[in-house]
Amino acid sequence: MFKRYNRIERIKGSIVQLMADDIFLGELASIKMRDGRSTLAEVISFSGERVNLQVFSGTKGISTGDEVRFLGRSMQVPFGESLLSRRFSGSGVAIDGGPDIMEESIEIGGPSFNPARRIIPHRMVKTNIPMIDMFNTLVSSQKIPIFSIAGEPYNELLARIAGQTDSDIIILGGCGLKFDDYEFFRRYFEKSGAIEKTIMFIHLASDPIVECMLVPDLALAVAEQFAIKDKSVLVLLTDMTAYADSLKEIAISMEMVPSNRGYPGSLYSDLAAKYEKAVDIEGSGSITILAVTTMPGDDVTHPVPDNTGYITEGQFYLHNGVIDPFGSLSRLKQLVMGKVTREDHSDLSNAMIRLYADAKKARDRESMGFRLSEWDKKLIAYADIFEEKMLTLDVNLDIVEQLDLGWKILSTCFESRETGLKNTWLDKYGQWPK
Amino acid sequence: MTESKQKSDGEIIAAQGNLITVKFRGDIRQNEVAFIHSADKSLKGEVIEINGEEAKVQVFELTKGIKPGDKVSFDSDLLSVELGPGLLKTVYDGLQNPLEELAVQSGYFLPRGIYLPPLDRETKWDFTPLVKAGDEVEKAVTLGTVPEGTIEHKIMVPFNLFGRGEIVEIAPKGQYTVDREIAKIKDEKGDIHSVSMMQRWPAKFPISFGEKILPMDLLDTGCRIIDGPFPVTKGGTFCVPGPFGAGKTVLQQQLAKYAHAQVVIIVACGERAGEVVEVLREFPELTDPQSGKKLMERTCIICNTSSMPVAARESSIYIGVTIAEYYRQMGVDCLLLADSTSRWAQALREMSGRLEEIPGEEAFPAYLASRIAELYERAGVIVSKNGTGSLTICGTVSPAGGNFEEPVTQSTLAVVGCFLGLSRSRSDARRFPAIDPFISWSKYLDRLSFEGNEKEIHRIHMIKSAQATLQASNEIGKKMAVIGEEAMSLGDVTTFLKGEFYDAVFLQQNAFDEVDTATDKERQDEQIELVDMVMKREFVFSGNDEARRFFMDLTNAFIQWNYTSKNIEEYMERKKEIEGKIASH
Repeated sequence: MFKRYNRIERIKGSIVQLMADDIFLGELASIKMRDGRSTLAEVISFSGERVNLQVFSGTKGISTGDEVRFLGRSMQVPFGESLLSRRFSGSGVAIDGGPDIMEESIEIGGPSFNPARRIIPHRMVKTNIPMIDMFNTLVSSQKIPIFSIAGEPYNELLARIAGQTDSDIIILGGCGLKFDDYEFFRRYFEKSGAIEKTIMFIHLASDPIVECMLVPDLALAVAEQFAIKDKSVLVLLTDMTAYADSLKEIAISMEMVPSNRGYPGSLYSDLAAKYEKAVDIEGSGSITILAVTTMPGDDVTHPVPDNTGYITEGQFYLHNGVIDPFGSLSRLKQLVMGKVTREDHSDLSNAMIRLYADAKKARDRESMGFRLSEWDKKLIAYADIFEEKMLTLDVNLDIVEQLDLGWKILSTCFESRETGLKNTWLDKYGQWPK
Repeated sequence: MTESKQKSDGEIIAAQGNLITVKFRGDIRQNEVAFIHSADKSLKGEVIEINGEEAKVQVFELTKGIKPGDKVSFDSDLLSVELGPGLLKTVYDGLQNPLEELAVQSGYFLPRGIYLPPLDRETKWDFTPLVKAGDEVEKAVTLGTVPEGTIEHKIMVPFNLFGRGEIVEIAPKGQYTVDREIAKIKDEKGDIHSVSMMQRWPAKFPISFGEKILPMDLLDTGCRIIDGPFPVTKGGTFCVPGPFGAGKTVLQQQLAKYAHAQVVIIVACGERAGEVVEVLREFPELTDPQSGKKLMERTCIICNTSSMPVAARESSIYIGVTIAEYYRQMGVDCLLLADSTSRWAQALREMSGRLEEIPGEEAFPAYLASRIAELYERAGVIVSKNGTGSLTICGTVSPAGGNFEEPVTQSTLAVVGCFLGLSRSRSDARRFPAIDPFISWSKYLDRLSFEGNEKEIHRIHMIKSAQATLQASNEIGKKMAVIGEEAMSLGDVTTFLKGEFYDAVFLQQNAFDEVDTATDKERQDEQIELVDMVMKREFVFSGNDEARRFFMDLTNAFIQWNYTSKNIEEYMERKKEIEGKIASH
């Protein structure tokens, strides 16, 4: 039966130490506290019989006399169709009051995908938001962060994408969420109906820090199983900076030498191990990762956004409530633009962005009090419409409707030759009176 | 080779992350390979510290499931690379496991504890002997050849044969697998060694038998900004640091495709798997312009991407460089592309932290600089009886925050011969390749201007003068941004436009254009001659507007010429058109 121990020798940070034998690295233990609560803990190191356990719910209130029971298995998460519409904590325990999941369990933090079996991605993930679909198309198996600062509506954006995407399954991993944000997600998903295909792993800001560290692994382990079973999965993570901060907190409490602004030297590898789970499996499903990374002080060279930028395939910048059309870039977009989507997609989106960039300059001239040319006025009128119809996140249009809308805006604001677009496209898709 | 192998063993007494402590019996060597027998798996590791009867072993895989008391056996070999025909066209992980084979055996995911033979044991190779019984040989002497991909693979006397030996037996011309005996060699002591077409060599020791000479021949990369102002010699070293999104990987892929090397080794070290996939899927389809065979036939990929075990990331670079040196020993020109050495340095840092060593700057270990120097010093030109072979090493660096002041970039700059710094401002301005001409340098340029031939010196002279104009143009550009174009003299504006012209038509290159993506040496010479005409000419303009119009027109014509294949008639016409335009003002 299970081995039980009744003497904890050392308690520090989130770590407890006791003498035990016949344990293994990564083994789970259950600690039964005096007040009747119990918590899970994981073996993180041993030296002789001295065993260090990382306690998931923190060591607050743990007594030296509490009972520790080793479970003979490593951290697992339940998996199955019945997870859909459910909500779990960072320990993988249901927090929605529903029944326990009795289906199979899977290991978390499993092995890496064989690079020789990867394929060049070629499927589009629809979000029905023009600033993504039309200008920086999301591609299945892509991993891309939303760089943002606190106060921007990044969670609203994630929720909207979840409600509008054509992905089969959505998995939300919340790290350090405020209760209000958690409730917002729950209500939004229920209202939009997305709840039916959504699974939530939630670490609230008030929950123990170790659970924050586990959330991305849980979310991605479940995503991987669905992807193998031919489902396209969209994983939404928010906020990866809170996740990185949990790594920092734990590393420091374990007396590891910090490398840059207190973060452990393994930050890059830790983040990469999560993001690299994004994959498109030949003849089967896929995992696409969209992760919010808040930039402390709006500084993109901060270790978390900086390391993230080296790992991900492009980035979205969320500024003043909109996705910035200039800094944002989907590095994989050319794999689907005009190939999977309509042929005019690439040229049209480039032309619209180029004109919008010119319009910005015209606005600068206006604000400096220069006299505006007719062309400047046209551009400014275009910018107004562009911002109202395209730049806003408050839209839900299919990519074809977005392209048609683009043509409509261009034909309202400009003469056809002023757009610099190919005659082939102008004749075929332009909406100028013939 | 038959060394007496006394295998030692021991048990695990402590473990933390992928660092385990083993109590051992018998003798063990520093950096010896160890196997940890945990449950039904055997995980590979390397001895990194020995103290009394305890040894610290870094495990190359996830250590989940390891128990106190698990058995450990020591292999008596250092971490070694298997060398022989069949390395090219193969994709290995950081421990030289063939990934294709692994996928056939284990499916989508990389299992722990499975190690397959790096060289295929079934394939038969056409062996032609070059020695006969009774011949006297020594290490690295060619016994025979085997055609492999684009090269003639030389089967050499094992590098661990001490002193001289005598061929007792040699296999006749025929088809053999890599593990079959092809020769018997008697050493000085009279012991007989059985030799097959493959051999093993410890990854952390350089293969360098022969005379090392100063690299003097330029490596043609097809990339103008490199071949022109910042050239690299065959056998030289260069590094490419840059912030994310500046195009490091695109540049490396360009080099892998177009550089004039006979063998290219790509080490994808701790970067995205997606980037390797592009190479894996594209290279078997693309044709190598030099050999006419598929690009994959000259390529070997070592792939330890960011989510694969960190400890094997450290070894991946050594495996890559050892394979490259093996081909160099055959008298072949090799190019090693390592992307990225920062990830490799981070792997060193993680292990150093676990060993509780005193950290240096940014927590990197104090020996970072010497490790980097050791690695780049393995490049060079070796002359031996097998011919002249070279190994050129290019490492990308991913500095935190794009700041070149950090330890990995600085330690690298101290030891390389050429620095190609990518900058955010150039990539934002869509000037590709985003190699910044104002911060980059090449020591080889000066070496050539001392020792090169007349033609080369003339070319370098033209490039230097264009670079000087660019520099002046940049200064004027800054001034112009402050006081406005109207306030500048026509002469200054013309110099400014000349610099911009040189940048646009020579330094920038369109990787998406079939023709412009790589430019051979001859064509570059023609281009720089024309650029030089523009740089030297005293143009007469009526005003700034005319100057601008002229240069815009000239730039467009030049770029159209760059896009024109040499094989069609328009090539000469367009060139004449440009010459005409230059003479018109």
